[in-house]
Amino acid sequence: MNLFSILKSLTLKELRGGLAVTGRYLFRKKFTVQYPEERAPMSPRFRGLHAQRRYPNGEERCIACKLCEVVCPAMAITIESAQREDGTRRTTRYDIDLTKCIFCGFCEEACPVDAIVETRIYEYHGECRDDLLMTKEKLLAVGDKYEAQIAADRTADAPYR
Amino acid sequence: MFEIVENFLLGLGLWPWLATLVVTLLQIMLVMVPLLLSVAYLTYAERKVIGFMQIRIGPNRVGFFGKPLWGLGQPIADAVKLMFKEIIIPGGADKFLFLIAPVLSMAPALAAWAVVPFGSEMVLADIDASLLYVLAITSIGVYGVIIAGWASNSKYAFLGAMRSAAQIVSYEIAMGFALVGVLMAAGSINIGDIVRGQGGAYGLLNWYFIPLFPLFIIYFISGVAETNRAPFDVAEGESEIVAGFHVEYSGMTFAVFFLAEYANMILISMLAALMFLGGWLSPLPASWIPELALFDLALGDGIHWLLAKTALFLFFFLWFRATFPRYRYDQIMRLGWKVFIPITIVWLLVVGLFIMGGLAPWFDAA
Repeated sequence: MNLFSILKSLTLKELRGGLAVTGRYLFRKKFTVQYPEERAPMSPRFRGLHAQRRYPNGEERCIACKLCEVVCPAMAITIESAQREDGTRRTTRYDIDLTKCIFCGFCEEACPVDAIVETRIYEYHGECRDDLLMTKEKLLAVGDKYEAQIAADRTADAPYR
Repeated sequence: MFEIVENFLLGLGLWPWLATLVVTLLQIMLVMVPLLLSVAYLTYAERKVIGFMQIRIGPNRVGFFGKPLWGLGQPIADAVKLMFKEIIIPGGADKFLFLIAPVLSMAPALAAWAVVPFGSEMVLADIDASLLYVLAITSIGVYGVIIAGWASNSKYAFLGAMRSAAQIVSYEIAMGFALVGVLMAAGSINIGDIVRGQGGAYGLLNWYFIPLFPLFIIYFISGVAETNRAPFDVAEGESEIVAGFHVEYSGMTFAVFFLAEYANMILISMLAALMFLGGWLSPLPASWIPELALFDLALGDGIHWLLAKTALFLFFFLWFRATFPRYRYDQIMRLGWKVFIPITIVWLLVVGLFIMGGLAPWFDAA
């Protein structure tokens, strides 16, 4: 150690530099988002709770092509299908197990008719495992409730798809 | 003031020893209650200050009367939570030692306050060797840590206790030497006399931190090490040995260790203020203060200056914790033994020369 470096360490130069940094940060504008009152901005592509959509005439979109079931990397989707009286192919069972789902959004991308979508909803909970098994009825109910938001998000994202 | 209370009690027909006991307990309460409240709110201040330095806002939800009030209710809520938590005694632990350890670390942290003067006449026990008493009592605090680590029957706790013991003993020497400088300068080991020795015509220029500057810095850094605070918190070292000596403690036993740590922080800060920053003395020279009762109360000597200086040092404790990464164990030992002790010894010689030369304005009176 030469004299200069000894003097440097005796005057605590580095330590004072460190203190100066934290001292400046003390007066910085805080980044904290006060969650229930304030929300962080959210993208239209946000991948939250799933929903099944309907056409404006009330007909469900899903045609039971099972592309989502195939693409799902977590194998969270279970589909059974049958022919309806009017001759169209429809699902008799469409379950998404949210305890398996990893919210990758592949089902949404795979869907040829925009039936299965992921919404902006992220504040939900289940009190037992059954609550986290999204059946067809539950998915359609979510879709019906938030159709305006879902449609707006699809429109906003349309130029990039 | 206390004579009035004592005479009143005697007038009620109380036995003299009982009246004295009641008055003494009253005086102790007058020191302890504000101290424990400060400890509670020091934890709050710590979370706030460190939060702000990390560009967060810290606790701000728990308040009083259904209002958040910037989270001022947080320490109360924490205390209540800890009181109702179960105290788990690990299998194979020495039950008696395990439970006595928090008491052993808390008691010295509180006992030392007996001789701390808050003003020229405000001191519980104005004993002549008060500085020696403080040094002796604060040294006992390490037993709490060692016994806690030993009684826990856990290797992490044991390692933490060993580290803590070595560290506290090492830094006690540097700290003691720094205080030798102070008592050389003051010519007394009564803390009140040390403060009075810093009075003079020049206000804050008369304080000992100027002639004893290296000792002042070393005293404070040793104080940080003595209280096992960051960056000298290898005894806790949560990233290496989980929580060190108090890893097995829960509930109120854990809280008592924390109370002791924070009470020690306040004690170290107040001692630094008393011995180097002129205690309750005003930083303004007496001639500058207008001859008005109001100005004299606000700017003249008084306990508020002591509290303000203590708060300054406490802020430095928190600032250090927000800034510095933990020292490696061998670096701590190197700093204590190979840097601090030589510097203090050299500076003691320098202080001796100052005193012989009668350096104004600190040493010309003697």
